[in-house]
Amino acid sequence: MLSLQHILETNRMIEENKLDVRTITLGISLRDCGHPDMSVFCRNIYDKITKTAEKLVRVGEDIEAEYGIPIINKRISVTPMAIAAESCRTDTYVPVAQAMDAAAKQVGVNFIGGFSALVEKGYTNGDKILIRSIPEALTVTERVCSSVNLASTKSGINMDCVREMGEIIKRTAELTADRDALGCAKLVVFANVPEDNPFMAGAFHGVGEPETTINVGVSGPGVVKRALEEVRGKDLGAVAETIKKTAFKITRVGQLVAQEASRRMGVPFGIIDLSLAPTPAVGDSVAHILEEIGLESCGAPGTTAALAMLNDAVKKGGLMASSYVGGLSGAFIPVSEDAGMIAAVERGSLTLEKLEAMTCVCSVGLDMIAVPGATPAATIAAIIADEAAIGMINNKTTAVRIIPVPGKSVGDRVEFGGLLGHSPILAVNPFGSGTFIARGGRIPAPIRSLTN
Amino acid sequence: MKIVVTIVGQDRVGIIAMVSTILAENNINILNINQNILDGFFNMVMIADMTFSKMALKDLQQFLKEKGKAIGLDIKVQHEGIFQSMHQI
Repeated sequence: MLSLQHILETNRMIEENKLDVRTITLGISLRDCGHPDMSVFCRNIYDKITKTAEKLVRVGEDIEAEYGIPIINKRISVTPMAIAAESCRTDTYVPVAQAMDAAAKQVGVNFIGGFSALVEKGYTNGDKILIRSIPEALTVTERVCSSVNLASTKSGINMDCVREMGEIIKRTAELTADRDALGCAKLVVFANVPEDNPFMAGAFHGVGEPETTINVGVSGPGVVKRALEEVRGKDLGAVAETIKKTAFKITRVGQLVAQEASRRMGVPFGIIDLSLAPTPAVGDSVAHILEEIGLESCGAPGTTAALAMLNDAVKKGGLMASSYVGGLSGAFIPVSEDAGMIAAVERGSLTLEKLEAMTCVCSVGLDMIAVPGATPAATIAAIIADEAAIGMINNKTTAVRIIPVPGKSVGDRVEFGGLLGHSPILAVNPFGSGTFIARGGRIPAPIRSLTN
Repeated sequence: MKIVVTIVGQDRVGIIAMVSTILAENNINILNINQNILDGFFNMVMIADMTFSKMALKDLQQFLKEKGKAIGLDIKVQHEGIFQSMHQI
């Protein structure tokens, strides 16, 4: 029998602590859409996406209303476009991005991911066309998200692509300069990318996935923060235990939503991504959890240790609550999307270098980081190389979503609006990396014994 | 299907009567009522069975929300599944 206490606890989590299901993402394979004629290919993918995702938004809204749990985003991920579009006779995939954008608008989702290429070991012709198309594609579309995987533990780091992505990010920033380089907020560079991640901008429908699948990303930093307020003064074992129990409850909600969405749409359930995904809203911040654990400001010495414990406890708690876990699973530490991170950067306690250290122990990586517009492409490439190296050596996913905002420098602020938030411009180490990046080639895959 | 009705607001005469009448008129059977007054605030949680309901869940949510709003109450109706899955293994 349900107890009054449990009912009130759940409703308080939702209403006061902003518990939500962050996203339902419908993955759709486009591998059967290939055609040499670009216009036929575009029509094929538009038709397949709109038909498959027809009910997605309505099903999401129905579940939201019936259970009283907010489901913030309904999204679509598709086969990496460099694979799906490879048979087209063309030198640009911009029209493909426009077809994806039109399909997303038609079915009412706010983002569609999969304008992507997997090039950790090298490029195919389709990969080359796709990467060259990214700046324009992200400028002329609203809802398309792009990602490139350029490193893995098994293949090493494709340094030619690292160099190119530095330039692609700069070019995307220039083309969307009138919107504070918003295009870069829709572009992620990965190492060891998971192919079932429901979170944008890095979502795509991997080649090992079924025809269609439902993946759900849960959230709930506010709930964890609130739970930790109850154990103030107790030792870190009690803190970890509290996080675990809370993560279990949060994930159970995600599992319920995923099962319902899967049943109502007749689409197999893929995975739950056990993540703490913050928003710029007050009371929904990962940085505030770290501060609740005992740091004066996020970024202070001890932050990496606190984050490591948080991340691990979230996984331990969530793992048992769901039948299948995947995606990135862990705490997200985007800067502009987290009120506590923004405040920490403003106070001067959180720097790019500390963020990089934090990415060694949590999911994703350098995320939603605004840097001076004058940052050279080679420096951005070198930042990507550093993150890719962390991912490659430590056998984990890392990513970079960095935004060199044209015309802005340290001391300025940038405003993206909505869930993407706002941020001060972070300082970048001014010393050059040009010669290192200009070498290109591939950093070989690492040895998996003799680890240190 | 079981539902959970949560009612919060300023206390006054007839809240339980109003809500239970609406449920009865729609053939929704009340299984459990938990009610108290905290600092002058009315708090009630009802568990009900709407297997034979004349009204769909969505319509009931809307109807009770409006009825509650008219007299300063916040009435929320949810499928019990969310509580079951969160608190029971």
